Amino acid sequence: MIAIVLRRLGSVLLVMLVVAALSFLIFNFLGDPVNNILGVNATLEEREALRRALGLDQPTWVQFWHFLERAVVGDFGISYRNRQPVMDLILSRMPATVELVLCATVLALAVGVPMGVYCALRPRGVLSRVLQMVSLIGISIPQFLLGMLLILVFSVELRWLSAFGRGEVVEIGWWSTGLLTDSGRKALIMPVLTLAVFQISMIMRLVQGEMQEVLRADFIKFARARGLPDRAVNLRHALRNSLLPVVTVVGLQIGALIAFAIVCEAVFQWPGLGLLILQAIEYADFPVMAAYLALVGFGFAMINLTVDMIYLFIDPRMRRK
Amino acid sequence: MSRTLASLRAAMDSDLAWRFRQSPPAMVAATLLLVMVVCAVAAPLIAPHTPFDPGTLNLMDSRLPPAWVDGGMLTYPLGTDEQGRDVLSTIFYGMRISIAVGVAAVLLSVVIGVTLGLVAGWCGGWVDAAIMRLGDVQLSFPTIMIAFFIDGVAKAVMPPDLREMTRFYVVIFAIGIADWVQFARTVRAATMIEKNKDYAAAARLSRVPGLKILFAHVLPNTLGPVIILATLGLGVAILTEAILSFLGLGMPPTQPSLGALIRVGNDLLLSGEWWISMFPGLALVLLVLSVNIFGDWLRDALNPRLK
Repeated sequence: MIAIVLRRLGSVLLVMLVVAALSFLIFNFLGDPVNNILGVNATLEEREALRRALGLDQPTWVQFWHFLERAVVGDFGISYRNRQPVMDLILSRMPATVELVLCATVLALAVGVPMGVYCALRPRGVLSRVLQMVSLIGISIPQFLLGMLLILVFSVELRWLSAFGRGEVVEIGWWSTGLLTDSGRKALIMPVLTLAVFQISMIMRLVQGEMQEVLRADFIKFARARGLPDRAVNLRHALRNSLLPVVTVVGLQIGALIAFAIVCEAVFQWPGLGLLILQAIEYADFPVMAAYLALVGFGFAMINLTVDMIYLFIDPRMRRK
Repeated sequence: MSRTLASLRAAMDSDLAWRFRQSPPAMVAATLLLVMVVCAVAAPLIAPHTPFDPGTLNLMDSRLPPAWVDGGMLTYPLGTDEQGRDVLSTIFYGMRISIAVGVAAVLLSVVIGVTLGLVAGWCGGWVDAAIMRLGDVQLSFPTIMIAFFIDGVAKAVMPPDLREMTRFYVVIFAIGIADWVQFARTVRAATMIEKNKDYAAAARLSRVPGLKILFAHVLPNTLGPVIILATLGLGVAILTEAILSFLGLGMPPTQPSLGALIRVGNDLLLSGEWWISMFPGLALVLLVLSVNIFGDWLRDALNPRLK
């Protein structure tokens, strides 16, 4: 068991090292900090002095080490565009994205799992067929198109919801939340729905498939033979055993949600990390791009690690290997 | 002539063709796909207008709704955008670019993935470990994220004039690089089995050079699953391109793919001109859906375990 954990940690470390190296490449070689700080009119001596002060005359691996030291404490330099520390920018944008992704995940699980269970128990029912059709559409429609459709219906035609922004937010320390105001909650509806529809469809199909398989297993027949009530058989025995792959997929999907949040934020002009990185690309703001890459890489590595650990925790068979 | 007829008849009678005729969804998807590919390839011949020739555009005809809505004109069946371009024609030309980028990106993934997979499976040892580790690292990120980053960095680095010219290739490169791992894994596993089979040993005994055995004898035997993966990958690649273009990182407005058309239409959505974005969107959905349904069918039809 400890060996498995150590091996996982090793691969996480490898991922982080690769990400840090890429992030360093963007930060150091694509951007030109000297030009950026002094402007193009500085003299050669001034440039040389600044290069030395910034440590740019040292060997690459020394610079990489300094980059790592600073990255660990969250120092990614100054944004070219906003003239603010990159980390402050990222921290001010993070709550919007985290709120969006978490709400979408909760919604996807709360709706997707029950729908999957229902479809597995009554595969031939009318409602099941309708749900399966809807989920096929949910998987096939691109997220940005769904978002635009929602805007068209609810903002342009019905004029119920605002098509962009977060509404009013409440500051709690450095965290800003839209969950505590009416306009903030209303603003969340369409982006969360846009992000969640694909996940709902996928989780539903996954749960249904797994559960139909488990329902055919011998231990389920045995449980029925013991005279256990349907409810106990279905929920305590069948559902529990079909949730294992769901854990993996949901974990990986949270990662994908961070990526798809970029699209969603672009559609709804949601002021989160996605819009930040899109603007950074537009203005060649390399420090922000480097920091975003490092942060997202760290996030993915942590999510993967957590999923593996949960797996070890809930499935005893994994521990014995 | 009679020979081609005979081989055509053999193809029609084959197991695969029979399975195809048994599956209505696959037939519908394949027909739809065929129609769309024909429209895309023959766009210059069959499109009612030439949307990218400024000489033929009339600004008076801009923002016209579809023909069946009040104010629409029959010459522009699906309406016009803000420059007076016929939406139906831009869709034909847009599909051309979307399909071209998708196919090229998948081919790139296949070439990279198959080569690395063959090498990893054939060599084993540290070469294998290095290639597969690289794949593991890449797989811990979603494909879309990798394509997004390659594309974004390329865009930020290039001066604006170079950006427009190279866009097509940069997008293909970004998507192609992002998706090689699945091909490498499949081919590697197949290579490791094939290289120990008798025919490979016989070739080795008769002193056929290693590289020749690998590419002439082992490679063809690993390609079956690759074809299925590539078909399913095509849907993902077309969708990824659309997302990149929608975010402004893909094809430029002068050379728009379906995603770029939707991006242009998105700015006009709030003023109620829905047809400029929704029709290209519908075309995208139909394209991706038919590729996916056809790919799913192909996977099941070629799966020996389901026979």
